[in-house]
Amino acid sequence: MAFNNNKLIGKLNEVQEFEREVIPQNKLKGWKSFIGTYAGEHTAGTEFVIGPLFVAHGASASDIIFGLLLGNILAVLSWAFFTAKLSVKKRVTLYYQLEKIGGKNFTLFYNLVNAGLFCCLAGSMIAVAGTAVGIPFDLPIPSLSDIYPTSIDWIIIVFIIGAITTFIAMFGFNEVAKFANIAAPWMIMVFVAAAVAVLPDLGVHSISDFWQVANDKIWTGVPLEGQSQFTFWHVLFFAWFCNMAMHIGMADMSILRYAKKWQYGFSSSAGVFLGHYIAWIASGILYSLFLIESNNSTEFAPGPVAYRAAGIAGAICVIIAGWTTANPTLYRAGLAVQAIMPKSKTWKVTLIVGLITTIAACFPALVMNLLDFVALYGLILMPVGAVIYIDTYLFPKMGLIDEYAEKSGIRFNVSAVITWGLTLVLCLLLNLMYGIEIFFLGLPGWFIAVVIYIISSKLLQKPTLIKKP
Amino acid sequence: MKILLSIISVVGLLLTIIPAFLVFFGSISLEQNKNLMLVGTILWFLTAPFWLNKKTEEV
Repeated sequence: MAFNNNKLIGKLNEVQEFEREVIPQNKLKGWKSFIGTYAGEHTAGTEFVIGPLFVAHGASASDIIFGLLLGNILAVLSWAFFTAKLSVKKRVTLYYQLEKIGGKNFTLFYNLVNAGLFCCLAGSMIAVAGTAVGIPFDLPIPSLSDIYPTSIDWIIIVFIIGAITTFIAMFGFNEVAKFANIAAPWMIMVFVAAAVAVLPDLGVHSISDFWQVANDKIWTGVPLEGQSQFTFWHVLFFAWFCNMAMHIGMADMSILRYAKKWQYGFSSSAGVFLGHYIAWIASGILYSLFLIESNNSTEFAPGPVAYRAAGIAGAICVIIAGWTTANPTLYRAGLAVQAIMPKSKTWKVTLIVGLITTIAACFPALVMNLLDFVALYGLILMPVGAVIYIDTYLFPKMGLIDEYAEKSGIRFNVSAVITWGLTLVLCLLLNLMYGIEIFFLGLPGWFIAVVIYIISSKLLQKPTLIKKP
Repeated sequence: MKILLSIISVVGLLLTIIPAFLVFFGSISLEQNKNLMLVGTILWFLTAPFWLNKKTEEV
């Protein structure tokens, strides 16, 4: 135990390398590293849920093919022109840059919010893995409208997976990360193979049959009972903003600060076109077959769906995809909370975070509403990215003080707080008063954040506070 | 040895993907495909860890 703990502390120290300094020139990485990282990160357990949910929400075949294509292109452009350009200019983590702009307390609050969101994401992935682990036990599967745990068996299986995930997150993050990298190429093969193998069962016997079947049987354009109707725009904006926290929200500064050139941001295309295009289409195909065979059952079970198409390999794929997503996410949540309580032992914090995550995972509502959650996740963190972007590129040109918290020695930049809070309040009002759905709020929200940050900084910045170098 | 392991890994990946296309073209059954995918999976996970993560690219 003591050995493992020391080892963990060593690993944590490793993770903290260059956290508070600019990346040295000799540590910059080539484009292959980024292609590998993005391809691995975006072929994950969530893909088994998102593709089917598009089917459940009645997206049509052309919505999927063209909406995803355009949305993913916009996501890649956001990664390259927003995140990568800024990352290469600053070469520090999001957290350090945020501390310079918003102050230490602002960053701690950001960590807390991030930790809560990470817990929900990890919880949904534990539940996804649970649907596959439950196959040999004939586990009753929750349905799309379920909110609360559906059986004791479900709770037991989720708790077992949650306990294993938490234990590994406490002691072995690096090994899980390595395992996830190994699993990634195989996972994408399983996604594709499973979908191709069931095409004849859907009535596709030659490539020319595909488009007709895609329209008539797979993405029919008709939502399942109780599900809202998705259009081309829902699909496009979801594909663009599902990783909004990472690109426009700037969380991927932590990765792209290692890039030799900003153009390496385009390597994100490896992730989105494998994970958010091919894998979503493949998992949608699998789910549509399930719907046909189950007479439109509202049960939602990525595990059995993959098992039906690809046998044991499919079930293993769901477990590994869910677990390799849940594990690092849980670890990051633990680190985020630990930053707030630095005197606490990391493993104890991860244990508590893991327990909360596992309890959350028991509630099927988390998985069933994954599309909304992912959109909300991006939206909540988006204003922070807008603050960083404007602070870096616009403030010096406008005569405003960039990195205000660091230069003035404050721990809480009120302008940044107002921007974050007021943007989200206004987005909520847009939703409630004008009925703009959560998937579309990110775009107006970004401009709202920009305007609020500029106005509040103009009003609140005090040049007299600035320390002389 | 590393080359041999990487060749086996690639064979594993091919066994995971190619049989699905054979099902599509009606050459094998779905059950045969599932078995071949499992064999491919085993080959991949037994061999890939020995070469895939061993090199970290630093420029």
